[in-house]
Amino acid sequence: MTLMFFMIHLVPGDPARIMLGPRATPEMIADISMRMGLDQPLVIQLIKFLGNILKGDLGVDVLSSRPVTEIVFGQLPYTLWLIFSAIFGAMLIGIPLGCYSALHRNTFADRVTGVISVACITAPSFVVALYSLLIFAVTLKWFPAIGAGEKGDFFDQAAHLVLPAFAIGISWVGYLSRLVRASMLEVLGENHIRTARAYGLTEFTIVYRYALKIAILPTITVIGVGMGFLISAAVLTEVVFARPGLGKLIIESITTRNYPVVMGSVFISTGLFVISTTISDLVNASLDPRIRDNL
Amino acid sequence: MKGVIKKISSDPLGLIGLCLVTLMVISALGAPIFAPYDPIQLNIMERLQGPSVNHLLGTDQLGRDLFSRVLFGGQVALKVAFVTIGLALIAGIVLGLIAGYGPAWLDNSIMLLFDTIRSVPTIMLALAAVTVVGPSITTVIFVVAVSSIPNYGRIVRTQTLTLKSKDFVKAEKLMGASLLRILSIHLLPNILGPLLILASMDIPTVIALEAGLSFLGMGVKPPTPSWGSILNDGFTLIRNTPWPIIAGSIPLVLATLGFTFLGESLRDLLDPKLRKLL
Repeated sequence: MTLMFFMIHLVPGDPARIMLGPRATPEMIADISMRMGLDQPLVIQLIKFLGNILKGDLGVDVLSSRPVTEIVFGQLPYTLWLIFSAIFGAMLIGIPLGCYSALHRNTFADRVTGVISVACITAPSFVVALYSLLIFAVTLKWFPAIGAGEKGDFFDQAAHLVLPAFAIGISWVGYLSRLVRASMLEVLGENHIRTARAYGLTEFTIVYRYALKIAILPTITVIGVGMGFLISAAVLTEVVFARPGLGKLIIESITTRNYPVVMGSVFISTGLFVISTTISDLVNASLDPRIRDNL
Repeated sequence: MKGVIKKISSDPLGLIGLCLVTLMVISALGAPIFAPYDPIQLNIMERLQGPSVNHLLGTDQLGRDLFSRVLFGGQVALKVAFVTIGLALIAGIVLGLIAGYGPAWLDNSIMLLFDTIRSVPTIMLALAAVTVVGPSITTVIFVVAVSSIPNYGRIVRTQTLTLKSKDFVKAEKLMGASLLRILSIHLLPNILGPLLILASMDIPTVIALEAGLSFLGMGVKPPTPSWGSILNDGFTLIRNTPWPIIAGSIPLVLATLGFTFLGESLRDLLDPKLRKLL
């Protein structure tokens, strides 16, 4: 955050002048400078800025005079819904696919899933978004193309969520299935699985009740750490589907040169990333007793 | 080198990857020869056409030939990918060696720097930088390079830490070899292998990022053709014509797919142990 602060302030040119554009009068520049506190020494500005963050105050939007926290948190739920439904859908498809691949190792079906997974992973999310918009919204008109749906109308909102979530989730389907396949193969060779087999448990119970519980651990870590990629994908997808959310907010703030809002959104999304990494560690600990004992 | 190519070709996915990458490199480098039109030449009379003999992929809203734009867009993608990864590799190697070989306080501060960079999503970092210095290829290259330094730096550091207590390094030290000699002649060659594989697997990510930023209008500036900006044109015209989207996405998907297949088969070939690491 301090880095960003300096990035904005060390660049040649007066931030207030850049924000207001070439037609600004000196009075307007002086006014904005005063409101942003730019007329004070840099060190004082930095201390004030960091102090405010600790108090949970990200500053005031200079154009609409609303607090940045209010604006960012107003948009955050849309992005969170998008990210969670994408990752939930991806887990729902990717994990069973990975288990299937692991159990039918080196068969034709396994190879095909493998190639499809790689293809899914490499497809950039905004390209998938563009194609799903083109095919399902513009040509076939199955799903709505723009926005997030009427407030309070659950089905409308869900319908608006399908395509963007698909665009973000598809690469995760490939990623998760490969990851689960690899860790499942490893777990299936362990001693406690052999014991379970010796007890005569059904293959289904062994795979889904015993093996998966351990094989899923790397997946959780990867999702936690992958929050950064998810946010990046969400930014692009929100722009394609003209959906409200952090991404659209930040792009609009950049075009209006609204620094406080840009910094606020970057700050919140970074926080999101840090929190999700921590949560994934805790979930891992609760699932695997070996990690729990080490904590 | 010949042996490597032969071995990659024996793996079907590797062969596909090799073909796609070769195709992309040749078409990008040879763009001035292969392109039938000037990629920024306007021709309003022939705008928004579908594919035809004259325009293989059709034309955009300003009548520019999409096929020529796609070829020249490949140049941008390749340039960004190689310059970015080159810069990130150099910085990552230097910082990683210092962190691994240097004193503990230096190691800790470099690791802190790496963690700080890693905690900001790349697109967010890029957007923040664009707000400040304005969109350009240089900004994209700089930001993506900075955000991938930690990936390389960490691997270099870990390898250096394990190598520095090995006997051959100790022996060199006793014989009075200089620090620079130990780092560059004895440590670096042992680290380079996995690093280059990792770098080759990062190429598709960087290509997709550049396209994504140009798609948002935050990357390459307008008249210059980039796959991302072609897609952006297609996005604004989505209700009129599907062709710019198709034209912009095919090379992008083929290139990322090609580099991924190639990178994976290279990894399996040169160092199967890395499978778990990467």
